[in-house]
Amino acid sequence: MENGRAKTGAAQITANEICMEFDAISENEGLARVVIAAFLSRIDPTVDEIEDVKTAVSEAVTNAVIHGYGERGGRIVMRAHLSEEKVLSVDISDKGVGIADVEQAMQPLFTTGAAKERSGMGFSFMEAFMDQIEVESGVGEGTCVHMWKRFGVGQDEPAPILQAAVWNRSGRA
Amino acid sequence: MEKKMEEYAIIDDYLCIRMPQEVDHHGATGIRECADRLILDDKVKNIVFDFADTTFMDSSGLGIIIGRYRKISCFGGKVYAVNVSERISRILRASGMSAIVEILT
Repeated sequence: MENGRAKTGAAQITANEICMEFDAISENEGLARVVIAAFLSRIDPTVDEIEDVKTAVSEAVTNAVIHGYGERGGRIVMRAHLSEEKVLSVDISDKGVGIADVEQAMQPLFTTGAAKERSGMGFSFMEAFMDQIEVESGVGEGTCVHMWKRFGVGQDEPAPILQAAVWNRSGRA
Repeated sequence: MEKKMEEYAIIDDYLCIRMPQEVDHHGATGIRECADRLILDDKVKNIVFDFADTTFMDSSGLGIIIGRYRKISCFGGKVYAVNVSERISRILRASGMSAIVEILT
């Protein structure tokens, strides 16, 4: 990420990286959130910063459990790296079915899990709560979600992803 | 995880659901099943989601809310969110969902 290299003048930290592999079961959605929160704790993040990252990680891991592996299990890898400039990068990857059309999958409200009442807002939340997100996927190969967030710069309230009319229309579908 | 029935109460035509500490995909199925059983059995018109205990919610929570909204809105029912923390409010606002859920803080 380009602006990640800019110097802030703030006290620097030592770069750090963790990598964790775990079973693709729903219990581990909470585990992934706890681990990423603990990983970030030494840079004194704000409550909003930490909750934003937990939400984004939860969405990515849930996608892998439900869509990547169809809730039949598999393995998920979470890699997190924190740079000296307090830029976090998180990769969540699976070796599941993959996504045929990434652009379509990232549209708000798009879901293949309507029967299971998935909201179709997972990728939108990752985009809203992180600075940047990239998705690499191959059908039959799996999916890797890369996300970045810079800490200590303050943040704006994300603009509403959808307007009232859209929710109302979808509510009557 | 089996949901305890004391987390659900019916007052007049309102179904009140006390949401868990963490609302994610892992716990969503249990909440949906309990709520829908009560919606069918007791002619519930409106639903109140109580977030007093909730510190975390991701888009799975939106799925729970929108799903219940679909079941009751066609009969003129409304969905409320009460005891909403700043974080839960942020999630509802970010999704634009505050448009269909009346948030009472």
